[in-house]
Amino acid sequence: MQLADLRHRIEDRTALTRALQEVLGSDRVFTHPADLIAYEYDGAQVLTAIPDLVVLPGSTEEVVGVVNAARRHRVPLIPRGAGTGLSGGAITPIGGILVSLARMKRILHVDLDNRCAVVQPGVINLDVTKAVEGSGYFYAPDPSSQSACSIGGNVANNSGGVHTLAFGVTTNHVLGLTLVLPDGSVERLGGRGADEPGLDLTGLVVGSEGTLGIVTEVTVRLMRRREGVRTMLGIFGTIAEASQAVADIIASGIAPTALEMIDQLTVEAVEPVVHAGLPLDAGAILLIEVEGVCDAIDRSAGIVDEVCRKNQVREVRIARTEEERHLYWASRKGAFGAMGRLAPNYYLNDAVVPRSQLPAIMRQVMEIARRHGLRVVNVFHAGDGNLHPLIPYDAAAPGESDRVLKASEEMLAACVAVGGTLSGEHGIGIEKNNYMPWIFSASDLDAQRRLKAAFDPEDLMNPFKVFPTPVSCGELMARRAPRLAASGLWI
Amino acid sequence: MPTDQTLGSAGAEPAAQPIPRLAIPELDRCIQCGFCLPHCPTYRILGMETESPRGRIHLIEAVAQGRIPIDARFEEHMYVCLGCRACETVCPSGVKFGTIIEAARAEIGPTGSPAARRLTRLALRHLMPFPGRLRLGAALLRLYQRSRVGTLARALHLVPRRLAEMEALLPPVPDRFFAPPQEVFPAIGPRRARVGLLSGCVMSLLFADLNEATIRVLRRNGCEVVVPRGQTCCAALNLHNGEREGARDMARRNIDAFLGAGVDAIVINAAGCGSASKEYDALLRDDPDYAEKAARYSRLCRDVTEFLMERDLAGPLGEVRARVTYQDPCHLVHGQGIRRQPRDLLRRIPGLELVEMEGSDRCCGSAGIYNLIQPAYSRQILEEKMAAVKQTGADLVVAPNPGCMLQIASGIRAFGLGTHVRHLIDLLDQAYAAGERPGGARDPA
Repeated sequence: MQLADLRHRIEDRTALTRALQEVLGSDRVFTHPADLIAYEYDGAQVLTAIPDLVVLPGSTEEVVGVVNAARRHRVPLIPRGAGTGLSGGAITPIGGILVSLARMKRILHVDLDNRCAVVQPGVINLDVTKAVEGSGYFYAPDPSSQSACSIGGNVANNSGGVHTLAFGVTTNHVLGLTLVLPDGSVERLGGRGADEPGLDLTGLVVGSEGTLGIVTEVTVRLMRRREGVRTMLGIFGTIAEASQAVADIIASGIAPTALEMIDQLTVEAVEPVVHAGLPLDAGAILLIEVEGVCDAIDRSAGIVDEVCRKNQVREVRIARTEEERHLYWASRKGAFGAMGRLAPNYYLNDAVVPRSQLPAIMRQVMEIARRHGLRVVNVFHAGDGNLHPLIPYDAAAPGESDRVLKASEEMLAACVAVGGTLSGEHGIGIEKNNYMPWIFSASDLDAQRRLKAAFDPEDLMNPFKVFPTPVSCGELMARRAPRLAASGLWI
Repeated sequence: MPTDQTLGSAGAEPAAQPIPRLAIPELDRCIQCGFCLPHCPTYRILGMETESPRGRIHLIEAVAQGRIPIDARFEEHMYVCLGCRACETVCPSGVKFGTIIEAARAEIGPTGSPAARRLTRLALRHLMPFPGRLRLGAALLRLYQRSRVGTLARALHLVPRRLAEMEALLPPVPDRFFAPPQEVFPAIGPRRARVGLLSGCVMSLLFADLNEATIRVLRRNGCEVVVPRGQTCCAALNLHNGEREGARDMARRNIDAFLGAGVDAIVINAAGCGSASKEYDALLRDDPDYAEKAARYSRLCRDVTEFLMERDLAGPLGEVRARVTYQDPCHLVHGQGIRRQPRDLLRRIPGLELVEMEGSDRCCGSAGIYNLIQPAYSRQILEEKMAAVKQTGADLVVAPNPGCMLQIASGIRAFGLGTHVRHLIDLLDQAYAAGERPGGARDPA
């Protein structure tokens, strides 16, 4: 079966366009090819599909209007935040109306006394923190794309970040939601407290990747800055030693706020850009951050230091100034962007393993890459066991893309085999939906499908995502392959 | 299924002729991460992917591949862009968006109605390269401004609304143009360098006093200043409006004029001119006669703030009492990566208090002739800028670029702020004058 056969047919495009224009006016409903083609991608880049229409609602009421029009015409709805996602979650594999929430970017209410804020879904993640940092607060989930990704997208993907280790992921920081259901009704889920009575529908919607409805307001938790922070670099000779140090730090019982792995190739790519003074000959560097009251920091930092030394660390560096700390972090957060400097393309994996398995899985990842004649870059959330093996390659070289896909699939399978899972934070989208049977039984998946059907009986919300489909994402990629240019490939 | 064949599903079938010369290598560097989006002024106000750097790059690539044609909609997306290049500063992959958008505009040519296109093309080809004609044009405009003709015509509704709006953006043409009495000005004190001054088109016509101040400040810093007579406009406006061929000719003329003058540096006091001049090397890379000379020329170019901070700024500087805020001209901060030097210079002036404004490196909406071709968006962007200026409580906004100065001044008039706009070099000149003796007389240039 081919994707084109499954493409949604719109019976009366003119009537649908007119209905949407009645809700939004003509300048926020797009049907021109030059407008549609700009929404054929998201951050996953190579997975592309052109929507039938693009709309830009500005309020919950307008979203309701859009949903009603779509329902009357039985056309799928695909919500989109900033389009930085890495699993193709915001593209339209079988067509439909792409609902961009980019104009809903107001912070509606900040309530410092109760440590929460109500924001629209298009608000940029970092802008939440910027709005409250003057008062000593912050919004904890901080994906590497936090300067560009939206809160709505974070809610859809239950995004993590570099401080996930201590603070948890998005679901731990969302207190309530306003959700427009596919039948046009507006539901308010959760509230401002930590544990509302009744079924935890907020928890259900966070991470549902836009398959249940369209989120139009989010109540987020705000956290108070800790008294102090210490940022350290553990510089190791090998990835094996660094991986063992990670497992040992976690086993020691202390809770660093961040524990990140940066390997030699990463340093090679990022050091010429960031100039943080990282040694180019170290096999692996751990970026470790501890926060808390000052006495506790000393104790935790002491344990980190001790564990690193036990694992043959070459040197432990401590950021002496805020500027130095920013440079360490810039090396970590700028890593993916700088990969364009190593090779024309790269494929970014996202998988999770139990942390005790980290040293063993790292050996396997390297072995798989070697067997396929590929290099692998490791820059990832080691403390969470959240791997991001990244394969730089050249799509123009014959057969190289196939080898990369094969190697990536083997790496993912290896992670699942040791008790890990398919995705740490990038979501399933249309990239990994066909791997879902690796971790869920048929009845598990059926239960999830029935739950979705309770919200979305006509399957209009973001179809072809998360659940296995009769076609693979390879078909969406194939259309992009004949591009003249080799471009970055991150999935 | 007719609907599905309208690009909708297929997407693979070329809808137009591919344009291979537009498939420039710079496009490949974009990995579509989207980090540029929140920094793009037009994406900030419109929220449309097509009005973001990532979206525009994708559209240009689609045109290059023949997936979509060059049509009115494509043209609109290319010209709603301010060309501020804020996206370049934040791009982790180092995509040079300026190069990409200039290439796309060169395919389209100038924008607007057929009449507006002809007019723009006429001005770019037959006015900008010729300083004499520009002076004549400015003199005529001055005559018009001072006569009652305009007032009368507007009162009688003889001027179309759009033209009247454009007219309101024009500053009064001053009494005097920049017409240096000699080509070479000696250094004050021992000569440390021989530098050329790019006098610029707008700077020469509307800001003669700033060019003179620049010469005075450079002379006090041990520079012998040459103002080569053969020079012409830097061609930035031509490049930004799709007139690439004319721009190449103008670049060659400047290269001949300045390299012939044997200078150690080419000093530029307008950010837009500096940015264009520093890219002559790329503009003429494929010209066998000029490639090497253009590279040499670009290497010699310095913004005046950059130049002064590269050497020890000469003293003594007297007091200038003011609370100032600094607007980063896009073509200085994003086009040339110059952020620190102007601030350092301001901090050297005794009595001056520098207050940073929110989003100082965000475009003010001037962007060459953008405020003329996209007045609505320009105004929206300017509004945000004025709110930021107001919040600083500054007496002066310093913006070392003529376009920004005119735009911010018009914003200040429109929003009734009690703030003034100054060029950094003007403040330095004032500080030198004050340093000479209290209330000291200025050394005539």
